[in-house]
Amino acid sequence: MRLKIAVIEQDRDRALQIVDGLAEAGDGYEVAVIGDVAGLERRLKALDPDLVLIDLEDPTRDVLEELALVSGSTERPVAMFVDRTDDTLTRAAIEAGVSAYVVDGLRRDRIKPVLDAAIARFNLFSRMRRELDATKAALAERKTIDKAKGLLMAAKGLSEEEAYALLRKTAMDQGRKIHDVAAALVTASELLR
Amino acid sequence: MSRTVVDCGFLALVDCAPLVIAREMGFAAEEGLDLVLHREASWSALRDKLALERLTAAHMLSPVPVAMSMGIGGLAVPIDALMVLSVNGNTIGVSGSLAAAMRARGVANDVMAAESVGRTLIAAAERQLRVGVPFPVSMHAELLYYWLGGLGLTAPQDLRVRTVPPPRMAQAMAEGEIDAFCVGEPWGSLAVEAGVAEIILPGCAIWRFAPEKVLAVRRAWVTAEPEIAIALMRAVWRAGRWLADPAHRVTASELLAAPHYLDVAAERIERVMAGRLVVTPGGAEREVARLVEFFDGAATFPWRSQAVWMASRLAARFGLDRAEAAAAARACFRPDLYRAALGPLGADLPGASEKLEGALAVATPVASSEGEMSLGPDVFFDGQVFDPEAPS
Repeated sequence: MRLKIAVIEQDRDRALQIVDGLAEAGDGYEVAVIGDVAGLERRLKALDPDLVLIDLEDPTRDVLEELALVSGSTERPVAMFVDRTDDTLTRAAIEAGVSAYVVDGLRRDRIKPVLDAAIARFNLFSRMRRELDATKAALAERKTIDKAKGLLMAAKGLSEEEAYALLRKTAMDQGRKIHDVAAALVTASELLR
Repeated sequence: MSRTVVDCGFLALVDCAPLVIAREMGFAAEEGLDLVLHREASWSALRDKLALERLTAAHMLSPVPVAMSMGIGGLAVPIDALMVLSVNGNTIGVSGSLAAAMRARGVANDVMAAESVGRTLIAAAERQLRVGVPFPVSMHAELLYYWLGGLGLTAPQDLRVRTVPPPRMAQAMAEGEIDAFCVGEPWGSLAVEAGVAEIILPGCAIWRFAPEKVLAVRRAWVTAEPEIAIALMRAVWRAGRWLADPAHRVTASELLAAPHYLDVAAERIERVMAGRLVVTPGGAEREVARLVEFFDGAATFPWRSQAVWMASRLAARFGLDRAEAAAAARACFRPDLYRAALGPLGADLPGASEKLEGALAVATPVASSEGEMSLGPDVFFDGQVFDPEAPS
């Protein structure tokens, strides 16, 4: 029987990443993405998944917690995955930021490949996000430094190299980062304008 | 001198104030701690991170340690409540249409009249009442079941208590997913401000002195690091005492308003701390004594009788053995550590660690380590008295 997996993820790119990861892990999965958390309960009931994956940092997690606690006798009982037995896998999942809810009685050998694939994708995604953030920050810093150089060149008739050398010397003398000195200069010039 | 780092998780609510103040006003630093606060997105994530040692301490819903020790929800890791962080602080709101239907029936103009307001609500609700709470195991849910259950509503036929993350509460109300909510401030007031709800009661109209959040840690950690636990309790207790001074409300509100804490306007926070509740989108305001309390009336003392009350309510709902539940609950509230940590500071300590819950209609002097202290009022809306020795 194909394992039915619901992925709760509002970020479309991220949802696709997870779906891809699960497809790579095997073809025994039927994956549905829930991108809108309004009416979540109803949608989950309609899908009736064996396993639900959700970002640990998603506030909607608490709704799943309720479903895990109060599923009635007519519904299939749901257990939180991070509850018993496999401590290593649980920790790896929490470290990666993924939480999983499974239907009671689902065999561990069926859960593990799904979790492994999800963990790998979550890790990949957060690495990509970190890289993107770092690139953005570096670009923003360079922009500020360029602006500060321009201000110095105009105000003191310096060349670009001289302007940069002045920024660097000031930063070293004051034990600050070049970017911080540049930002202070840019702010000051905006105030004086 | 290097300070001991304590990673503590919290959710963005007014009642995380003792932790924020312990850090920002230097009480933690004075105790040699670097109290690092981490804002979490959900109660389940906070609970799991605490259990799996990603966090050392947590701003936790008071019934959660009790529930975990009873095997309800989450991992089977023993979590203890070192002290109570806050008492009260929730509000109950209804949709605009339900409020209108209640007015048509002549609802009492008194936000503390839980019984008559509740009866009007039940009469005005035409079908199953769907009420949003932040978490299935919470004082919010307990208060609702106690109040509406006591007035004759049976769950789940007449009453459906549903989990809705607080940031979605106003939206869920606007979209007709819920008819009412019970939620911690500032979320109730924000729903009123958004024009989608009216507040009909503060939580304290149901139980005048309900322990709302506790300072939770792993039992294994407190056994291994009692000195750090004591330092943490002292810092948080001092923060609570500082918060009890009305002169500090403006500063406290400004600190809490910061983007990395609550990220809402300071005026709103200050209003809650001052016990002023805006109940209608039109701006009608009510004064509520102890809308949220951080210190007075021995608010921070972890009464084992409070734990037993929660355990016996949970046991009844989940069909568990009450005596076992009461024993587990007693073990996870730690007045023993509270006494050891705060006695030497000159904190006034009650003579007993259990009491009747709901017996005090007015503030009442009782025997304490310093001679006499004032407890209560702590009555339930229906006048029932809970005896932890004979839980019913």
